[in-house]
Amino acid sequence: MSTLTMNAPVTMRRPIYGWTIHDGLVVARRNLIQTVRVPELLFFSLVQPVIFVLLFAYVFGGAIPIPGDTASDAYRQYLMPGIFGQTVAFAAASSTVGLAEDMHKGLIDRFRALPMAPPAVLIGRTLADAVRQILVLLVLSITGYLVGWRIDNGLLNAIYAYALLLLFAYTVAWIGAWIGLYMPNPETANTAGLVWLFPLTFLSNAFVPLSSLPGALQVIAAWNPISALVLACRELFGNPTGAGGDYWPLQHPQLYTIVSCVVLIAIFSTLSVRRYRRTTSR
Amino acid sequence: MTSDIAVQAEGLVKEFGEVKALDGIDLTVNRGQVVGLLGPNGAGKTTTVRILSTLLQPTSGRATVAGFDVVKQPDEVRRVIGLTGQYAAVDEYLTGRENLRMFGDLYHLAPSYVKERSAELLDWFDLTDAADRPAKTYSGGMRRRLDLAASLVAQPSILFLDEPTTGLDPRSRLGLWGVIENLVAQGTTVLLTTQYLEEADQLAEDIVVIDHGRVIAHGTSEQLKDQIGGDRVEVTVVDPAAVGRAADALRSVSSGDPLVEELRVSAPVSGGSTILVDAIRALDLQGVEVTDLQLRRPTLDDVFMSLTGHAAEDEVAPAPKKGRRRGKRGGEAA
Repeated sequence: MSTLTMNAPVTMRRPIYGWTIHDGLVVARRNLIQTVRVPELLFFSLVQPVIFVLLFAYVFGGAIPIPGDTASDAYRQYLMPGIFGQTVAFAAASSTVGLAEDMHKGLIDRFRALPMAPPAVLIGRTLADAVRQILVLLVLSITGYLVGWRIDNGLLNAIYAYALLLLFAYTVAWIGAWIGLYMPNPETANTAGLVWLFPLTFLSNAFVPLSSLPGALQVIAAWNPISALVLACRELFGNPTGAGGDYWPLQHPQLYTIVSCVVLIAIFSTLSVRRYRRTTSR
Repeated sequence: MTSDIAVQAEGLVKEFGEVKALDGIDLTVNRGQVVGLLGPNGAGKTTTVRILSTLLQPTSGRATVAGFDVVKQPDEVRRVIGLTGQYAAVDEYLTGRENLRMFGDLYHLAPSYVKERSAELLDWFDLTDAADRPAKTYSGGMRRRLDLAASLVAQPSILFLDEPTTGLDPRSRLGLWGVIENLVAQGTTVLLTTQYLEEADQLAEDIVVIDHGRVIAHGTSEQLKDQIGGDRVEVTVVDPAAVGRAADALRSVSSGDPLVEELRVSAPVSGGSTILVDAIRALDLQGVEVTDLQLRRPTLDDVFMSLTGHAAEDEVAPAPKKGRRRGKRGGEAA
């Protein structure tokens, strides 16, 4: 066996934007390569929202009246932003499972023993999970178009709506990452990563107008950031909004969406980084 | 930094809730030395390595690696160490080359250097043909080699190997031993944990035996063997009734009292292999028929047995059961 050359390692100059972003991008690239290497996973993560569109549009669609819009395809126009909101929320689950797997396989130990920026593993994870949603949103938009959904308020507004959806995906990914760091194994993460997303997405205006919900649930749904996100998207896409009701978040849906995302990212990134520094593989 | 000491631990204590995983570990590894940390499961080997590689904080005590305090200067420590754990901690969806590139990037090495170094390591570890296949397709031995390659990207001067060959087949184990010996020949300092006595014997100049979180013996393999006495002559008889006569025969040639275990009788001897001839004569004189007669050097197994009262590879239940939550956070206190 030959000997290794022992030339001193050559280090990089510190990038002007710092190591945290550099390291975060390195980890994000790794997570995105995974996406390409397991096309089955990507395929099924696309199939699920498409099935939701078809089910809601054709099964429930006729039974749910939209206040203020009597057109026959009103529910489909109303539904699509709701499906968008629900789908990007589920990005959180892949952050939960991804981190649980990294811990299970001992990769987290290796990362933590490297001289890298501590938040980088989490930034890379959440960033990759949000970026993946670009493809998901594209496929969903095409499906929506096929069942009759239309963008009806100009391209710029539509881009703004997609940007809000991606911001929200990044936000929930941080919540998912934080949950993932507490998971004893990937199997538990598979379940725990999903359970909270069902009440989060269904207790909202995503699928039914707020006015159809009973009193207390209506208040919860009104303050649920997903409701504001979905309403903002409906307005920006020019789709029917249903009646908003007298709630502050729904009178300022764009502002409330952005503020709640920023606050949630601040809270959950702090909690996650703190947890990450103390966690070890299991 | 010019000190001869690469790793030093003083009075390391680590508690997980009620359980004391480490109960005052002292350890010194000199620069360029290979030290083996030997002990059964649950003895505290992995916990020690995790503290030294900055993954865990000790409850009390202090440790330095390359002169840097592991608690106060973790980043400085991380820049000079390589760590290979019990699992092959590589990304299985990335190819071998992509894995090395990722770790090189995270060490903040220049891309051109990472490229060159990765190619060199893949070649050295005999992974060039598999370099562009996802690590998922690798065999267990290949994954371990990739794992070790990953910890060498930045040319660490100090290498922590936590049970590097656990779960490998004998051939892969020999291969990995060769690699480790080669690294040591090039001046790398190695702290290695193992529950295989053979491995410690083969690789380490200095062996630290730990059990229940304490150092119970320390020395070279030869020194440890001398601690429990020198050679023994061992005889297995055919007829259980002859055991007494065999013991008498051995007593006449040995320097101590014979030990009887069922059909086997052994006794400490001095004087080298000619003693076997004397033993055969004495046994013949007593009319003892034997199936086996040998001169045995003590193994580290014997050392371990005499130090701890149990064999090294026994599953030793950690004293009290850990609290579920705390235990999980700490991982295996092995």
